[in-house]
Amino acid sequence: MPDNQIDKTVPAIHIKNVHKHFGGLHALNGIDLTIQQGEFFALLGPNGAGKSTLINILAGLLKATQGKVSVMGHDVVDDYQAARMALGVVPQELVFDPFFNVREMLRFQAGYFGKGKENDAWIDEVIENLGLTDKAHTNMRKLSGGMKRRALIAQALAHKPPVIVLDEPTAGVDVELRQMLWGFIKKLNADGHTIILTTHYLEEAETLCERVAMMKQGKIVALDTTSNLLKKLAGKNLRLTLGDAMLPAALLPMLKSGECGIYTLALNEPNQLEFVLSELRKAKVVIEDMQLFEADLEDVFMSLVGGK
Amino acid sequence: MSLKELKNNWLASLMDIANLLNVYHWRGAYTLFKKETLRFWRVAFQTIASPVLTALLYLLIFSHVLQGHVQVYKNVPYTAFLIPGLIMMSLLQNSFANSSSSLIQSKVMGNIIFILLTPLTYLQFFVAFLAASIVRGFMVGLSIYLVAIWFVGLPITYPIWILIFALLGSALLGTFGIIAGIWADKFDQMAAFQNFVIMPLTFLSGVFYSIHSLPPFWQVVSKFNPFFYMIDGFRYGFFGQGDISPWISLGVVAAFLFGLAWVALKMLKSGYRLRG
Repeated sequence: MPDNQIDKTVPAIHIKNVHKHFGGLHALNGIDLTIQQGEFFALLGPNGAGKSTLINILAGLLKATQGKVSVMGHDVVDDYQAARMALGVVPQELVFDPFFNVREMLRFQAGYFGKGKENDAWIDEVIENLGLTDKAHTNMRKLSGGMKRRALIAQALAHKPPVIVLDEPTAGVDVELRQMLWGFIKKLNADGHTIILTTHYLEEAETLCERVAMMKQGKIVALDTTSNLLKKLAGKNLRLTLGDAMLPAALLPMLKSGECGIYTLALNEPNQLEFVLSELRKAKVVIEDMQLFEADLEDVFMSLVGGK
Repeated sequence: MSLKELKNNWLASLMDIANLLNVYHWRGAYTLFKKETLRFWRVAFQTIASPVLTALLYLLIFSHVLQGHVQVYKNVPYTAFLIPGLIMMSLLQNSFANSSSSLIQSKVMGNIIFILLTPLTYLQFFVAFLAASIVRGFMVGLSIYLVAIWFVGLPITYPIWILIFALLGSALLGTFGIIAGIWADKFDQMAAFQNFVIMPLTFLSGVFYSIHSLPPFWQVVSKFNPFFYMIDGFRYGFFGQGDISPWISLGVVAAFLFGLAWVALKMLKSGYRLRG
């Protein structure tokens, strides 16, 4: 559990007007973001949106061209030691040190943060919770991909940081591990750790995260609670089964997808349903089946981030 | 730079040193040192045993061919003359290899990130890698010595000079290895560094001969080679005689060490090739 002495009003993450340029490429164009302690937060966006760049600046692996970033009130440049003490980062790539076994690696990792034997009980807890007990004495090199992923998460947690960042933690991970992982991370969140994750699996963000930021081309294009985003930005979807008949041309602008005579239309307002039905009647198209369902985060995501 | 900035810079450096002495931070640096030492110890066959064997093969072959044909110093058989040179050569090469190969490996594998994410300062990073390099250099050097004295009598005239040059030499090459490891992006570049810089400099430094046996031109060239001073000073500790005064060698080696340490610390502080 994070330190009790920490002022709860200090934001876990505070990002102010951050820009990052790589030569002519503007990877980040003025990011402002505040994440409070105890939040379960998701950062979404297509490849190249700048999610990893932002995380790397947070972790001190990259320097911002402009702007300020702090972790638990500590500036990541001026007060980098305190900022890094407060932060645990799970990198996206499956990197590992081939010379050591899991437990050794975790003890080294905690040691770099000034933690000694008193921290061993926590390391054992992390090992157990991530299902690594059987592999604690196995060399990192000999672990399977899924086990390496668990060890990577354990390494980020070794010094018991109050803020945990997971960069695509479930990329290429099977369902069982994914569920176990989220179970453990939810427990950490319940214990007071702030969780920030980037993911491509939108349904994960939808079920786990209270708040979501969506990034596109180095900017945050949406930032709200998950439920508000769903309410505000997404309407309903209408799925029509029309058999052999073609969709009337007037309805084409609303078309999201369509194949084998099954068309999905996006309805931004409820009264559009009447419009769809009248167009179908005009074209004398027989509706074989019709279904109305709620949009999900993916629809919000596509409407904001997608090229359409 | 204004006077105030200069003062602030100095204060910051002093703070870094104070940080290193703090027990809490000391543990972080000590952990990194321990990891770096264990790293080579886990593959000791490759990192200790094989350089020792290589040095002993050199000793066997050169002493067999040249013993009785070459006498460098009065009353010193060629084989005895050769041993300090071989010890120093191996010590230097292995100190370089330790920091450089550890850094290039963790850069290529990507696991350097585990160190970059920690609150370790650039000074702690430097000291930990350097200390592990010195330990490996000493282990290789000492092993060669212990095996060689079974076969050849070797006097020790000034043990303090032996220790000073072993320490400064391994520190110098350990630092050089840190610079090379940070600079290189590929194993290929590191191999080039080792084969085109380190190897020629060691071989042309007087490991196998006294520079007095060289033509005048090459004697002058040798004096621009820092390895010459490390080996000559080290050898002086054994025989009490050398090509030049050990005090001059000490000055040259210390100056090179400070220069390279300054470069390495600048690189680490700025995050050159480690933090974008």
